[in-house]
Amino acid sequence: MQAAHAHEAPQGFIRKWIFSLDHKVIGLQYYFLALAAVFVGMFLSLLMRIHLIWPTATLPFFGEIKPETYLSLLTMHGTIMVFFVLTTAPQGGFGNYFLPIQIGAPDMAFPVLNMLSFWTTFLGFIVLLAAFFVTGGAPLHGWTGYAPLSALQSAGPGEGLGADLWITSIAIFCIGALMGALNFITTTLDMRAKGMTMMRMPLTVWAWFITAILGLLAFGVLLSAGILLLMDRNLGTSFFVPLVTVNGQLTGHKGGSPLLWQHLFWFFGHPEVYIAILPAMGLCSQLLSVFSRKPIFGYKAMVYAMLSIGFLGFMVWGHHMFMSGMSPYTAFAFSIMTMGIGVPSAIKTFNWLGTLWRGRIRFHSPMLFAIGFVSLFVTGGISGPFLAQPVLDIYLHETYFVIAHFHLIMGVASIFGIFAATYYWFPKMFGKMMNEPLAKLHFWLTFIGAYAIFMPMHYYGMAAGLRRYSQSTEVAYILKLLPLQRFISIAAFITIASQFIFLFNLFWSMWKGKKASDNPWEATTLEWTTATPPPHDNFSGKTPVVHNGPYEYSVPGAPRDFVMQSDPEIEPAH
Amino acid sequence: MGLVLLIIIWLITLVSTYFFVAKWWWLPVGASAAAAGIDHHFTVSFILMGPVFVAAQLALGWFAWKYREGGTSSKGAEYSHGNATLEVLWTVLTVFLFVGMNLMSRSIWASERFDSAKPGAVQVEVTGMQFAWYFRYPGPDGKFGLTKPELEDASAGGEAALGLDAKDPASKDDVVSGVMVVPVNREVEVILRAHDVIHSFFVPQMRFKQDAVPGLAIHMHFTPIQTGEYEIACAELCGLGHYKMHGILKVVSQEEFDKWLAAREAEKQ
Repeated sequence: MQAAHAHEAPQGFIRKWIFSLDHKVIGLQYYFLALAAVFVGMFLSLLMRIHLIWPTATLPFFGEIKPETYLSLLTMHGTIMVFFVLTTAPQGGFGNYFLPIQIGAPDMAFPVLNMLSFWTTFLGFIVLLAAFFVTGGAPLHGWTGYAPLSALQSAGPGEGLGADLWITSIAIFCIGALMGALNFITTTLDMRAKGMTMMRMPLTVWAWFITAILGLLAFGVLLSAGILLLMDRNLGTSFFVPLVTVNGQLTGHKGGSPLLWQHLFWFFGHPEVYIAILPAMGLCSQLLSVFSRKPIFGYKAMVYAMLSIGFLGFMVWGHHMFMSGMSPYTAFAFSIMTMGIGVPSAIKTFNWLGTLWRGRIRFHSPMLFAIGFVSLFVTGGISGPFLAQPVLDIYLHETYFVIAHFHLIMGVASIFGIFAATYYWFPKMFGKMMNEPLAKLHFWLTFIGAYAIFMPMHYYGMAAGLRRYSQSTEVAYILKLLPLQRFISIAAFITIASQFIFLFNLFWSMWKGKKASDNPWEATTLEWTTATPPPHDNFSGKTPVVHNGPYEYSVPGAPRDFVMQSDPEIEPAH
Repeated sequence: MGLVLLIIIWLITLVSTYFFVAKWWWLPVGASAAAAGIDHHFTVSFILMGPVFVAAQLALGWFAWKYREGGTSSKGAEYSHGNATLEVLWTVLTVFLFVGMNLMSRSIWASERFDSAKPGAVQVEVTGMQFAWYFRYPGPDGKFGLTKPELEDASAGGEAALGLDAKDPASKDDVVSGVMVVPVNREVEVILRAHDVIHSFFVPQMRFKQDAVPGLAIHMHFTPIQTGEYEIACAELCGLGHYKMHGILKVVSQEEFDKWLAAREAEKQ
C-alpha cells in the first residue's frame, strides 16, 4: 500500500515549495495562509473595537466607519476567523504536517488531492478578500448570512457583488475542505505503520480523524446551501425567500423559507464548532501528558468522548434557533441533546485534570498554552448549559453573553491550541527552538488579555447588551453599558499588540533560533524519532514499527522516563 | 512558574465570580408574569454551574503548582493510565446535573411557548421592517383587516406602510401605532410579522424575545405586571440600521388603555 504512494523528492523551487505534493510543505502552506488570515481578521476586530468606543473617529486610509462598514467588518471577521483560521490552521496546517508522520506514513494517501485542496482553499481566501474592493463593499449580513438579508441585493450596501463573492468564497472553501477530509480519513484508515493499531494512535490523530469525518458530512451541506443561495440571489429562485417587500417594493420572490437556510447553515455550523475545537482538544491532551511526564488519564475515555462529541454534534444545531420561530417542541429535544454534549466535554476536562494530578510538570511554553486552553475551555464551556436551555435563551439569545461563550470556547481556546502546537512542533518543522522568554511573555499577555476581553462580555450580555450593534447610542439601557465596552476595547488593544511578540518570535527563531535536537521535549510519538526537519519521505525509507501506546511516561523500571512508540514493547501495565 | 499560574488563575476566577455574585451588571427588574420563573431558573443555573467553574479553575491552578517539577510533593510522576471508577462516577454526575437542570426549566418553556394565548387576551400585530416597528390593533370588531404587499408605502408610515386595504370592511377600525400600548395585568397576544428580512422583538424587562420572520405570522404571548415604559430593541441583524431599530412599549392601566385606543379610533374616523 505505502510503496504505491511514494513519490520522488521534487527538484526545483516551484515543485518543492509552490505546487508541492509533500504533505509537510502543504501543511506549512496551510499554516502560513492561516497566519495571514488571522492577522487580517484581528485587524478587522481592531477597527470594530475602535468604532465601538469612538463611533465618529476618522481613521487613516479608512475614513469614518459607518454603521454598514461596521457590519461588513464583523461579517468578514467572523468568516475569515471561522473558515480560514480555525478550520485551516489546526487541521489543514498541523494535521497535514503531522498526521502522516505520527502514524508512520511517508505521505498522505492522495498527494495530488492534497495539493488541490490547499490551492482551492487559497483561491477561496482571495475571493473573500476581493469582496472588500468591489462596489458596495463587503456584505453586512453577518457570518451566518441569514436569508432574506443575504439573499436580496436591495437589502443593504454590500449585498450586491460583495455578497456574491462572500458566498462563492465559502462554496470554494467547502470544496477544498471536502477534498482534505477525504484525504485525512483514507490516510488514517489505510496508511498506518505496522503495529499502529487504532488504540495506539496519539489523541491528536484521533482528533484529526474525527474532525475529518465531521468535515466530510458538514461541508457538503453548506456547499449545497451556498449554491441554493447563489441561485436565489442571481437566478430568480426562491429557496430561502418568501414573498417580501424591501422598502415597500416587491422583490419578485415568493414561497421560500428563511428557516430552511438556518437549518442548513447550522447543520454545518454546529459541527463546525467541533471541527475548530477537536484538534485543539487532541493536541492539549497530548501536551498535558508529555509535560506532566505521565500517561494521559483515561485514553479510551478520551477517544470515546471525542467520538460522542462528533456524533452528538450533528444533533444539536437547533439550539441556535430557539427564537427563530421553529416549533417549540423541537426546542426541547435540541436542548436535551445539547446538554448531553456537555457530558463528554466534562469528561475530557476531568481527564485533563487527572493527567496533571500527581504529575511532574514542566512549564515550557507549549504546556503553558495547554494549561491556558483547559482554563479557557472550562470558562467558555460553563456558559454553554445556560445558552442550551431555551428558557434562558429567551433572554440571552443575540446578547454579548453568546459572543463571550463562543469566542472563549471556539475562538480563543482553539487559538491557544494553535499557539501550543506552534511552540511544540516548531523545532521539528524548522529545526530551531523558539525563544522561550518571549514565548512566555506572549502567553501571559494573551492569557490575561483574553479573559479581560471576553469575561466582561458576559456581564454586558447579562444586562441585555445586544450584539451586532454598531452604536450603543440609540437604546438607553445599552448606552449605560458603554464603560464596559471601553474596558473591553482597551484590553483588546493590548492583547492585539502582544500578538506581534509571537509574530516576531516565529520569524526571528526561523533564522536565529537555537538549533533543535530530534526530540527536545522527550516525547514518545513517531515524529520525534525522525530527523529534524523530517526528510521528504519522513523516515528515510525506514518505516517505523510500533510496539507501544503513545503516552508511556514514567514507566517503572524503564531506563528513561519515557518509552518511544517504536521502542521494544514494555511489560503490559498491571 | 507553577506558583504564578496558580495566582493568576485563582485571581481571574475570583474576580470573574465576584462580578456575577455582586450583580454589578445584571438583568433589569422583571415586569412580566414569566419573569419570576425565568429569573429563578437563572439563579438555579448559576448555583449549579458556578461551583463547577470555580472548582475546576481552582483545581487547575492548584495542580499546576503542587505537581511542578522540582516541587516538594513531586518525586516522580505516577505511572497510571486512569481510573475506570472515577470515569463512571463523573460521567453519571454530569448527566444528572445537565439533564436535571434542563428538566427543571421544562414547565416554564412549555407555558411560554406550547400553550397559546387565552381567550380575552389583547391582540397586537407587531410588524418589523427596515428599520421600524409598527403595532396594529384589530379594533372593536376584533378582526385584523387585509393587508396587501402591493399597497405598501414604506415612506408614508402607519397604515400605508403596512399596506392596509381600505376596501376590506375589517380594516375600517384597525388602529396602527408607532408605539406599543398595552394594559397591565392582562395577557398580550403578539402576532409577529416581518416585511423584508428577519427582525427580532426583544423587551428585556418582559423576558420576552421572538424573531419576526417574513412569510410567517408567529403567535406569542406575555403578561405585563408592572406599568411603565420599556424599550423594544431589534435582536436580529437586519441591515445597516439594526442598531437604531428601536421602539417603545407602554404598559398602562386598563382605563388608560381603553381611553388611548378610543382616541385613536376617533382620530381615524
